[in-house]
Amino acid sequence: MLRVTLILLAVLVACALGLITSQHKARKLFAELETEQERTRALDVEYGQLQLEASTWSTQSRIERIASQRLRMRHPAPSGVQMVEPPKNEP
Amino acid sequence: MNFAPSPVLTLTLPPWRSRLLLAVFAGGFAFLIGRAVYLQGLHNDFLQAKGESRYSRVLEIPANRGRISDRNGEPIAISTPVKSIWAAPDEVHMDKQQVARLASLLELSPREIQKRLKDARGEFVFLKRQVSPETAARVAELRIPGLSESREYRRYYPLGDVMAHVLGFTGADDVGQEGVELAFQEQLAGKPGSRRVIKDRLGQIVEDVESIRAAQNGRDLALALDSRIQNVAFTQLKSAVLRHRARAGAIVVMDVNTGEILALANVPTYNPNNRSRLSGAQLRNRAVTDTFEPGSTLKPFTIALALESGRVRPDTVIATGSGSLTIGPATIHDAHAERALTVAQVIQKSSNVGAAKIALSLTAQSMWEMFEHVGFGAPPGLDFPGEASGKLRPYRTWRTIEQATMSYGHGISVSLVQLIRAYSIFARDGELVPLSLLKVDAPPVVRRVVSAQTARMVRAMLELAVQRGGTAPRAQIAGYRVAGKTGTAHKQEDGHYATDKYVSSFVGFAPASRPRLAIAVMIDEPTGEYYGGKVAAPVFAEVMASALRILDVAPDAPIKPIELPDESDEIKESV
Repeated sequence: MLRVTLILLAVLVACALGLITSQHKARKLFAELETEQERTRALDVEYGQLQLEASTWSTQSRIERIASQRLRMRHPAPSGVQMVEPPKNEP
Repeated sequence: MNFAPSPVLTLTLPPWRSRLLLAVFAGGFAFLIGRAVYLQGLHNDFLQAKGESRYSRVLEIPANRGRISDRNGEPIAISTPVKSIWAAPDEVHMDKQQVARLASLLELSPREIQKRLKDARGEFVFLKRQVSPETAARVAELRIPGLSESREYRRYYPLGDVMAHVLGFTGADDVGQEGVELAFQEQLAGKPGSRRVIKDRLGQIVEDVESIRAAQNGRDLALALDSRIQNVAFTQLKSAVLRHRARAGAIVVMDVNTGEILALANVPTYNPNNRSRLSGAQLRNRAVTDTFEPGSTLKPFTIALALESGRVRPDTVIATGSGSLTIGPATIHDAHAERALTVAQVIQKSSNVGAAKIALSLTAQSMWEMFEHVGFGAPPGLDFPGEASGKLRPYRTWRTIEQATMSYGHGISVSLVQLIRAYSIFARDGELVPLSLLKVDAPPVVRRVVSAQTARMVRAMLELAVQRGGTAPRAQIAGYRVAGKTGTAHKQEDGHYATDKYVSSFVGFAPASRPRLAIAVMIDEPTGEYYGGKVAAPVFAEVMASALRILDVAPDAPIKPIELPDESDEIKESV
């Protein structure tokens, strides 16, 4: 009788320790998940800011200014443009 | 052994004392049990709330306002988080040096900060809203007690003044106040959510208890605008307004096939990113909210009606009585007097007398119906805040002279977007297309107003108007056939027509063989030159040429140098 009790006690203690460990692990993992989610949000914000920056750098007026002033490009005269019909069987 | 009997042992206590003690203890226990039952069973909310507040927190989940992009996915309005610095005035303690450093960080004067803290009523005052996260971090480093920051969103518009009027802007709370931002506030706005979590001693979240409300990000919006065309339209309009020292100007570019508005610009404009000094004139989206008497740009509608009724053909000759026509006490004049003109020439040379004569052969009701069918006198249906309906009086109140003047666009007022939409009946073989600010995927639901045959005939006349011998040779584009009509009208002021103030306009489309784009230009009060053909038509030509190139539209005419008439034999439009 006493032996059974002792075994059960041992099992109980083991279970309790197991529960504590798993709970601890779960919390750690959860904290990690939280951190990563926070990072996702931060990256999303940064993405928005970078998009904003890219969009500011690529405004038409800036492109046109650089193309015409620094790169000395110009629109071709209408007479210098040859229109090519795409082949019918290809999209 | 004699045990001396101790007097203490022989002492007998009265039995009530022990019973009293027992009763007191029993009573004490009963009270404790009662209290325990009360606290744990009957009245446990308070303590539970107290306990929870030690570890459980409700967190706000922020939601983004939707991004707005143009038709090619180019972002044109983005919200990004910023910080607002606020203070609890009673708790703020800072020395002179700290005030000075805070002031320089926030770009305020030290006196201003002190004043705000002193004037504040209650426990809360914003020192500065919408500062960059970097600035906020440096403010936090000062470690001033009583100073806090909160997260807010700020909207940025990378294209600035180029698109200001279509987009509008949002207020400090990221709520739309003008333009598309206001019109589509429902879709764009995000709904912040909240959730309950358990935090440990270090402030880390260890468990998610429940989600109280899920955060909902605002929907992204794809506009019909093409930022490349918008840029050309804005630049050309701005330079034309400057060149003619005009009061204002507006331009609309429409895709004829879908009814999408590819560009819409107004001058004067403003920078939506910096709105510290704004006037009402800058804010006005004239193309949508302002109406004007369009003048001759309305002639084609009367002509179309006459053609549709079978009363005239393009080559029917109208006697124009050497350029004047008297109706009752009023006389209508033509700037370019002719004895007789064909119907096509009435459009080409923009003859008021010819248009009036044709109008008077029609019933007032049928003219009213025509104007009504092409959308005059009703909102253009853009869902844009403050869109104007214009003025179209019921035909029963028309007098004869009014019916005559309405044929050439006086006594009726329209907005620029109404005008361009109405012109879709000529560009689309007789069908009126609904306008859209948003990108359209499905083919639009159109309404037939005139027959395809009539529309083609008017189109041919409009083509004559931009060629040599018409009123707008400056609207020609190398390589493309263009159709369009000029308008020059005296401005109305206090119920009278001002003799020296004009509105010059031009509406047209190209390529005329298979119209793809329509453009309407309006210049308000140009000084010096004022004919639509000289002021507005060149803007049309520049923008149309660029837009056709941007959209890779194939030319439909042989490329040859554009012939402009000499100053002397230029056709003057009747005003």
